[in-house]
Amino acid sequence: MSSNVLARRSPAASWFAENGALVALVVLVVALSLLSADFLSVTNLLNVGVQAAVTAILAFGATFVIVTGGIDLSVGSVAALSAIVLAWTATSAGLPWPVATAVSLAVGVVCGLVNAALIAYGKLPPFIATLAMLGIARGLALVISQGSPIAMPDAVSTLGGTFGDYLPIPVVVMVIMGLIAAVVLNRTYPGRAMYAIGGNEEAARLSGIKVNRQKLITYALSGAFAAVAGIVLASRLASAQPQAAAGYELDAIAAVVIGGASLSGGKGRALGTFVGALILAVLRNGLNLLSVSAFWQQVVIGVVIALAVLVDTLRRRGTN
Amino acid sequence: MMSSDKARTRAHGTEILRAEGLRKGFPGVQALDGVDLTLRAGEVHVLLGENGAGKSTLIKILSGAYRPDAGRVLVDGQPVEIRGAGDAQRLGIATIYQEFNLVPQLTVAENLSLGRPPRRFGLVDRKRMIEQAEALLDRVGVDVDPRTPVGRLGIARMQMVEIAKALALDARVLIMDEPTAVLTTGEVEKLFAIVRQLRDDGVSIVFITHHLEEIAEIGDRVTVLRDGRSVAEVPAGTPQDELIGVMVGRPIDQQYPRQAAGRGEPLLKVSGLTRTGVFDDVSFEVRAGEVVGVAGLVGAGRTEVARAVFGADSYDAGEVVVRGRRLPKGDVHAAMEAGLGLVPEDRKGQGLVLGADIGENLGLVTMRAATRAGFVDRAGQRGAAAKVAEQLGIRMTGLDQEVRTLSGGNQQKVVIGKWLVADAHVLILDEPTRGIDVGAKVEIYQLVNELTAAGRAVLMISSDLPEILGMSDRILVMARGRLVGELPAAGTTQDDVMALAVTEVEGSRVQ
Repeated sequence: MSSNVLARRSPAASWFAENGALVALVVLVVALSLLSADFLSVTNLLNVGVQAAVTAILAFGATFVIVTGGIDLSVGSVAALSAIVLAWTATSAGLPWPVATAVSLAVGVVCGLVNAALIAYGKLPPFIATLAMLGIARGLALVISQGSPIAMPDAVSTLGGTFGDYLPIPVVVMVIMGLIAAVVLNRTYPGRAMYAIGGNEEAARLSGIKVNRQKLITYALSGAFAAVAGIVLASRLASAQPQAAAGYELDAIAAVVIGGASLSGGKGRALGTFVGALILAVLRNGLNLLSVSAFWQQVVIGVVIALAVLVDTLRRRGTN
Repeated sequence: MMSSDKARTRAHGTEILRAEGLRKGFPGVQALDGVDLTLRAGEVHVLLGENGAGKSTLIKILSGAYRPDAGRVLVDGQPVEIRGAGDAQRLGIATIYQEFNLVPQLTVAENLSLGRPPRRFGLVDRKRMIEQAEALLDRVGVDVDPRTPVGRLGIARMQMVEIAKALALDARVLIMDEPTAVLTTGEVEKLFAIVRQLRDDGVSIVFITHHLEEIAEIGDRVTVLRDGRSVAEVPAGTPQDELIGVMVGRPIDQQYPRQAAGRGEPLLKVSGLTRTGVFDDVSFEVRAGEVVGVAGLVGAGRTEVARAVFGADSYDAGEVVVRGRRLPKGDVHAAMEAGLGLVPEDRKGQGLVLGADIGENLGLVTMRAATRAGFVDRAGQRGAAAKVAEQLGIRMTGLDQEVRTLSGGNQQKVVIGKWLVADAHVLILDEPTRGIDVGAKVEIYQLVNELTAAGRAVLMISSDLPEILGMSDRILVMARGRLVGELPAAGTTQDDVMALAVTEVEGSRVQ
């Protein structure tokens, strides 16, 4: 967004233009509060938070990748694989749960590194490399688990519970991962390099940024975030399931895009992604409360994704 | 009123197109603030003005990319609305932008008939398509196989294909946005021959150029734009200094204000640099305080050598030593650490992150050095960027302005600026003033003077011979991938340089 646009418009108008997703979220919340008496209760809102948590964590990881102009289709599968590895190493292999958790996170990172190696050194398009990983990780999850759910160690399953009696831990984890994503993107060298690479990879390279190395870091982060999401999901269910999180990569990408990131790279914020994930969760929750059929919900969510990006595109065309 | 058929056969000198009081504003800037323009059949009408004067906006209105806020456009005396490329095409207005509108993967013939290929029984008639292409290319006088993919052509030939495409659309107004910026002297001559022929055929040509010496040679009349207004319409024979005066609103004392600095230690030494088939056994050195110019035809391998020296591409043999340190092949980071900087030829494609702001772009090179424990010192980066932006006189609303919205000259200042922030010792400038107006050019030359006075060294590749002669201390000439000669700048003429640049290189392994 160029500053001369900001100079022209009133501060309020430019704030609205910059935070369209947030405005949409607020409008949605207000509308649902009026339409449904059950919506605006602490219990229900925390429930929405829990519903949003896994998608949001996956989406934070996907934000890194999308900012570099890439795409990661493997996050859902990697989430499932990481959770299966945790449960399997802790139960069948009998490792202590902290070690199992570390191994599980490492699996996520390794999946990301393999993606990045294929993309940076093998010159595969990110879509293809991560599509391959989507199949590989899902397959490995099924192989290791032999197709059946594995119980999570109790210590880890507490992640699915609450602090005190009301604050769901998945919501806390989501917020922490969101803060980490925001700090990485805004303050760290790899984060700033992601924007440069997504904005113009050649210019970044000719400015001395080691593009391949930064891509390794980017996809490794996405893998690590996917592993955390997988562990949170399995904890809520108290068991790791090989078919868990199937299709979640698309929700994650939708959240990132609704949050204002551009699939062509160079643009995106952790806060935007957070709002995008909340919009999806609020919408699903609200439609449930209003007894809209699950079939129609899919239609509505598809329309919302198209609208969000359309509004953003039109707004940008208007200013350039 | 005449029918449009009759209008197409109008005699030379009759008015074809008239723009009156055009105004166009963008958020934060009034790009056009009252522009008048009249075009007659069979004239070359030069549009002159500094970057940001409104030339681009004006041609975008005439080609239908923008709609004016006020004013009107008349074609054959009739007010018209140009709402898009389709309208412009129907009115016979074709535009050749600096960034060509060609699909590199498709062949020349396919590009020439893009969107309306000849058809037979509903299928594309390839034979006829190629025949039509051959006829058009013939008219332009360019020797290209229409079956060649456009991406494999050099820039000069791509431009000829663009002109052929305009002819295919039966254009009677042809707008050319700095067509000579990317051409060598010989290619410019060819282009002028084509332009003259089109003019004699009754086409009205709008010609934008920053090369003042071209105006008298090719132009008939000149409209000068300044700050979004048309300030004068003068004959093309007007003396150059007068034109500059009208254009910038103040006289510019000297176009090439080179101040030689004392020569010091060699900072860059290149020896035997070879990449098979691209450049061959290139050796030279650049000393502190020196500006070394590199001249040659497009395709002589100048850019390729510069990129190899900087580590952007690899090479097969030879070595590069910067300030006593031998650089590893193909390692930009190492080159940068050693004190080398490259301002690439393609400003937008390789020099800038267009969607990011000025501050971010200025800090790109130093971001790594400004990182402590993984965290970038963004405040420090911002401070350094602000200093350099002021030193360079970048015209901006603030460091948070997107570089996409800057004029070409200011964009180039940002690319150079990121190396100033990094305090590079040897700066390689590849076509540093291409497409930049006179005022910004002089500012860049003055910056080069400041750098060399401070003991830095500059290697400057340029196809602009007056610039090479005016700003270099020594001139290296390349032909066919070889270094074919070195000339002192003093006393050397354009002809001396060209004579070397077109030498047949015996034994060169580069074709």
